[in-house]
Order: sequence, then C-alpha cells, then structure tokens
Amino acid sequence: MTTLAARERTRAKGVAPTQGLRRPRRYGRALLYVALVAGAIPTLLPFVWLVRSALMTDSQMFVAPPEWIPRPFQWSNFGEALTAQPFGLYLVNTVIIAVICVLGTVFTCSVAAFSFSRLRWKGRNVVFALLLTGVMLPYAVTIIPTFVMWQELGALNTFVPLTVPAWFAGAGGGVFNVFLLRQFFLTIPFELDEAAYIDGASPWRVYWTIVMPLSKPAIIVVTIFTFIGTWNDFLGPLLYLQDEEKYTLSLGLASFQSIFITQWGYLMAASAAVIVPIVALFFFLQRYFIEGVTLTGIKN
Amino acid sequence: MRRFETRWGILMALPAILGFAIFTIGPMVASFFFSLTDWQIGGSPSFVGLDNYTRMADDELFWKSLSATTYYTLGAVPLTLIVSFAVAMLLNQKARGLSLWRTIFYLPTLVPAIANVVLWIWIFNPDFGLLNSLLRQAGLPTSQWVYSEQMAIPSLIIMSTWGFGNTMVIFLAGLQGVPRHLYEAVSIDGGGPLRRFWHVTLPMMTPTIFYNLVVGVVGTFQVFNQAYVMTEGGPNHATLFYVYYLFRKAFTESEMGYASALAWVLFMIIMVVTFLMFRNARRWVYYEMAGAR
Repeated sequence: MTTLAARERTRAKGVAPTQGLRRPRRYGRALLYVALVAGAIPTLLPFVWLVRSALMTDSQMFVAPPEWIPRPFQWSNFGEALTAQPFGLYLVNTVIIAVICVLGTVFTCSVAAFSFSRLRWKGRNVVFALLLTGVMLPYAVTIIPTFVMWQELGALNTFVPLTVPAWFAGAGGGVFNVFLLRQFFLTIPFELDEAAYIDGASPWRVYWTIVMPLSKPAIIVVTIFTFIGTWNDFLGPLLYLQDEEKYTLSLGLASFQSIFITQWGYLMAASAAVIVPIVALFFFLQRYFIEGVTLTGIKN
Repeated sequence: MRRFETRWGILMALPAILGFAIFTIGPMVASFFFSLTDWQIGGSPSFVGLDNYTRMADDELFWKSLSATTYYTLGAVPLTLIVSFAVAMLLNQKARGLSLWRTIFYLPTLVPAIANVVLWIWIFNPDFGLLNSLLRQAGLPTSQWVYSEQMAIPSLIIMSTWGFGNTMVIFLAGLQGVPRHLYEAVSIDGGGPLRRFWHVTLPMMTPTIFYNLVVGVVGTFQVFNQAYVMTEGGPNHATLFYVYYLFRKAFTESEMGYASALAWVLFMIIMVVTFLMFRNARRWVYYEMAGAR
C-alpha cells in the first residue's frame, strides 16, 4: 500500500505513470472492493434477516424458499411484541441503572485516576499496581461471595447490587477505566497544577476546574463503555432481579424469548427494538467509539 | 511530597481502594474459604477440607464442561483473530467510503448480547432459519446447528466470530502504527506485497496479535450467555460451558461450596494459561525497544 501512496505522489508531481504501473493498480483496486463486498455480505446478512423477519407475517415467514421482502409490512409486530411484555418499563429500568453506573464510574474512576497521576503520595504506585490486578480476575471467582453479601444485606431484588459497585470505581474490571483516565491525565501539562497550587487552589479545585475540562474525550470513552456494559449486562440482572417490573431490557428479552419461543416475528421485532438505541448512539458518537476501542488496545 | 498531596491523594483514591477490598479481594478470599465447605444456600457451611476439589476429579460434567469450553476457545479465538486481521488489512487500504466500510464491519459488535443470542436462535433454526434456507436454495446439505451434538460448538464459534469488530479496530490501530519507511525499504529491495506482509506487517503486528490473543482467550473462556439462553448446556451437555456449569451448581442446585471450588479452579486455569502465553510470547512477539517488556 505504500507503493500505492508513492505512486500517487509521483503522479501529483506531474510524472505520468507508465501503462505498466497503472494496470496492476487498477486490478488491485477492483480486487480490494470485491474483497470488501465479499466480507460485508455475511456481516450484514443477519441484520437483513432480522429486519425482514421483524416485519413479516408468520405465514410468509414459513415459506420455502424464503422470501426477502415482507408483503405486507407487518409493522404491528413491533406494537404487539413491545406491549406483550412491559418493554417500556424495562427500558426505564435499564436507563436508570445505566445512568447511575455511568455517573458513579466516571466520578470515582476519574478522582482515583487524578490521585494516581497528579498527586504524589507514599505507596501510590504500589497501590495502583495492586488495583490493576483486578482487571485480570475472572468475574466468576467473585460472584458467589458477592451474591451472598448482598443477600445478607437484604439487597436482593433491588438495583443496589447492580449500581453500588460502580460508585467504588466500577469495582473489579472497572479499574480498567482508572487506568485509561490516568493515561490521559498524564498528557496534561503539570505546570497548570503548580500554578493553581501557588494561587492557593486545593487538589479538588485542580481536578474539577483544570484536569476534568481538558479530559472530555477520555471521559466520553469511559461513559460509552460503561453505558454499553450496563446495557448489555445479563448475568447481573439475572442474579439479582426477581420481580418482572424490575427487569432490564436484556433480562426482559430473555424471558420474552422463553415465552414466545416460536413467534419469530415478535422475537425479531423485540430484538430490533433493543438493538436500535445502541446503534443510534453509535452513529452519534462514532468517533469516540472507535477511539475508545483503540485506546483500550494501547494498554499493552 | 507535600502533606496536602498525601491527604488528598489517599482521599481521592479511597473509593477505588475500598472497591478493590470489598468487591475483589474480599470475595476472592471468601470464595476460597467457601470452597473448603459443604454449603447449601440457607444452611450453615460445614468444613470439608479439600473434598470439593477431589470430587471434581470424578465429576464427569466438570470434565465435560472443561473440554467444551476449551474446544470453543480453541475455535473461536483463532478464527476471530484471522477474520478481524484480514478485514483490518482491507480497511487499512485507501478505499472509497472508508468510514462506511468500517461502520459495516463494526455493526455486529454493537448488538447487545441477549438480542444477539435471540437473533442467532432464529438464524440457526433448522426448518426456516437463515442458514438452512440458504443452504437448501444452493442445493447443499443442511445442518441441525445448535440442535446437534456435533455441530453445537462449531455453530457457536460461527456466531461469536460475527462480532469481530472490537478485535478488528485494535488491529486497525496497530496497522496504522507500522512505520512507513519499513515498507518503502522492502519496496526498494524489489519486494512485492507478499514480502511486505511477511517481513514487515506480520512481525510489527505481533504485539497487537498477542494482546488480542490474551484478551480473547480470557474473555472467551468465561462464555455464559449462549449456554444460558440458547442451548441450556445441551444437546447432551455439548455446550455445558464452564461458567454456565458453575452458575447452575451455585444458583440452581444451591451447592455453594462446590461451585466456589469450581470458581477457584477456573481462576487457576486462567492464571496458568495467561502465564504460559506470556512466557511463550518471548519467542514470537517482537518489541522494537529491546527489553521494553
């Protein structure tokens, strides 16, 4: 691909490329698009299948060979699926849990990251290294005692076990956010802090008025990941929520699936309804999504 | 080290430190003690020493779950690595509409886990599902997919490979970090695309491959949702994944002691596997700065 770029450069300089160079390049281009399309088809096909099934009547769905265009468009699948179980309520529950988790994670992780990156205290690096080992821990090791703890505290069937850990820097795997934010904080000039301290500012003031406003991209990344993590979480709600009116979308969809096991139109409509908000979020915040995944990859 | 820094430093790190104590170290130690007991929910634990661990040796389902999980990991991780690397290579070329292509390949990653499972139950449906419909139309033999003991794990591997987006984006970032002058050097020596791939791209990408490998293995080994919602561990325990078996022991059969022992064995397996991967990495992972890691 570098030679391609090099050729482009020679071309820009006005040097006419010879025929011999041009032809393989054109073949290469064509081949690239063929490969991209060949990859995109299996990637998109399940989505096509989802949308097509969500909009079909049952009788058309069970035709062989399969039909691809719904006739008529059975929009009522959505209405019926989403009212057969209180998906609106599940949505509200999910959003409540997600918002509390995002606020807690962003606040406690950024405060900790500030301490680990911009304040010097004895044992700081040892403590930080210790906390990071939590990232590697398989979640299965902690679920049983954690469950027993919440049971003893009488917190089963509430949102407490699902949200409170977020206010302790995300707990467990959430420590990764501390790492991510710390890396970002380290790139902000330290002279800013010093100048503020000379003016008599407290560390809290430095954190709140200098470091945080300069760290918006990293905070957005942590927000997105925490939000998606909570939105997708299944095991947590499965363990802790019993009453149907407390269900999250994931849990609601799983229970819906076990009831309407052969009503494919309803099932696909409900699934589509769970997928759409996340996809919409992605289109709004696309830049940060990709940036975020990339940031996590830099870990090594 | 100023005094106010120490005071504020500890105060601000406190939630994270407490969280680590309450939700990580505490439960870990507790689960080790639980693993030495015979304990049903509601009852009181009685100390049984290492009985739970020795019991595992004779527990057929334990071995079954270990082999199912290993099989799944050995299939899903390499396949995802290969597919996402290949697509990342494509996306690293200067194609028109790059952000559109990137979005297309990233889209499956966005599907929430349970919606993903529900969608694939329908795709795998032997009578009217997407896969068999297409195979039938092409005149090819169909399959029972997740409903067949032999095909259940391969089916789930296909399903997991569909969500290769995150791995791909990390590869893409790695590819963009490969210094251009290295490619130019190969070109000057008359090397073609294959040479460039073999002598520049692949060696320079080994740290990224290694990172994705470790994250992939650790994550895949803890697979749960598919078994719970889609297959319930079946058919004939073919998809009895480790964490699902653990979950069933703990929360369905209420055998907290035995389940805790299972958790600790899982912990040790993951530690050992990770350790081996890191040791082995010295042989094939290339780091530009010698001794950097």
